[in-house]
Amino acid sequence: MNHVSLVLVSHSEEIAEGLKKLLEQVAPNVGIAAAGGNNGEIGTNALRIQEAIESVYSEKGTVVLFDLGSALLNAELALEMAGGKERVRIADAPLVEGAYIAAVEAGLGKPLEEVVQACEAVKQMVKIEK
Amino acid sequence: MNLGVEQAKAWIDQMNELFQQQKQYLTELDQAIGDGDHGWNMARGFQEAVDKISSNRYEDLGTLLKDVAMTLIAKVGGASGPLYGTAFLKMSQVLAGKQEGNEQEWIAALGEALAGLKARGKAQVGEKTMIDVWEPVVMFLQEKGQLLAREAAQLAQQKMEETKTLEAKKGRAAYLGKRSIGHIDPGSASSCLLFIAFAKVVES
Ligand SMILES: Nc1ncnc2c1ncn2[C@@H]1O[C@H](COP(=O)(O)OP(=O)(O)OP(=O)(O)O)[C@@H](O)[C@H]1O
Ligand SMILES: [Mg+2]
Repeated sequence: MNHVSLVLVSHSEEIAEGLKKLLEQVAPNVGIAAAGGNNGEIGTNALRIQEAIESVYSEKGTVVLFDLGSALLNAELALEMAGGKERVRIADAPLVEGAYIAAVEAGLGKPLEEVVQACEAVKQMVKIEK
Repeated sequence: MNLGVEQAKAWIDQMNELFQQQKQYLTELDQAIGDGDHGWNMARGFQEAVDKISSNRYEDLGTLLKDVAMTLIAKVGGASGPLYGTAFLKMSQVLAGKQEGNEQEWIAALGEALAGLKARGKAQVGEKTMIDVWEPVVMFLQEKGQLLAREAAQLAQQKMEETKTLEAKKGRAAYLGKRSIGHIDPGSASSCLLFIAFAKVVES
């Protein structure tokens, strides 16, 4: 694949799946995997995230975005378990806006570090002009 | 005294029994300051772990504890799945290739488990997490240099009670801020059961 791919980690399966749909509309050429829920319940699960990373991993790189609490613990563990996948980054960004920018940048063929920077910059974005 | 594969299996069995008995209680603790899934997650995960290990023969402690770790990571999930999973994974590394471990080796394994928990969750003592039980208990065992499991379990119980007075700084409960004060931390309660189960096995 010649695009950076994305993994969306949420406590809710529907949030992850819904966000994936939203992004596919703006970036149909980007590999996106949803890793929501924990064994059918609300929560996150490292094995689920590991499978998601492996399903879209590309040499160009993969960015993992996450929501709350245990999502980061499980994402970090998933990365360790996936082993040898050098080009995976966990982005410190809000899930929805971060993933949206990441999809746009990845769709433009931007390299991994630029995609990560762009979605982390979302933290400074003003949504309502005062 | 040495603890081998059979004792380690008995430990996991004991933990499972306690989690099945206490799942309602753990869940109530988690309802107060979290999302109310802790008891169910622990009960489900340890039942799966027991199912997995009871149908296997193990030549060494490392393989047994690694199977437990991977089952917890896959079946418990949430925060406690990766945390307990990491703890058992670290113990499995210390006890790899050994049919049994002596007291020093088990204390070293618990020490590595604590280090793994802290690296994974980045929590310190006083932040109202399971670290508030694990760290004092492991330090007690390291100081004594003996597997004084009953005293360790008593200390675990006391430290669990003390989490009531703390304000949560990590995990879901941290979103509650000061409103988390006055409740026992659910992960500290399940960790206390882990040390109680350990004491039962060591004493028998
Ligand atoms: N960063 C952390 N470090 C150590 N222990 C933690 C951390 N975060 C949570 N815990 C422990 O985990 C317990 C909660 O476990 P539980 O399985 O219920 O996770 P959860 O909060 O439901 O996870 P989720 O974020 O998926 O909702 C807490 O009571 C606490 O002891
Ligand atoms: Mg919970």
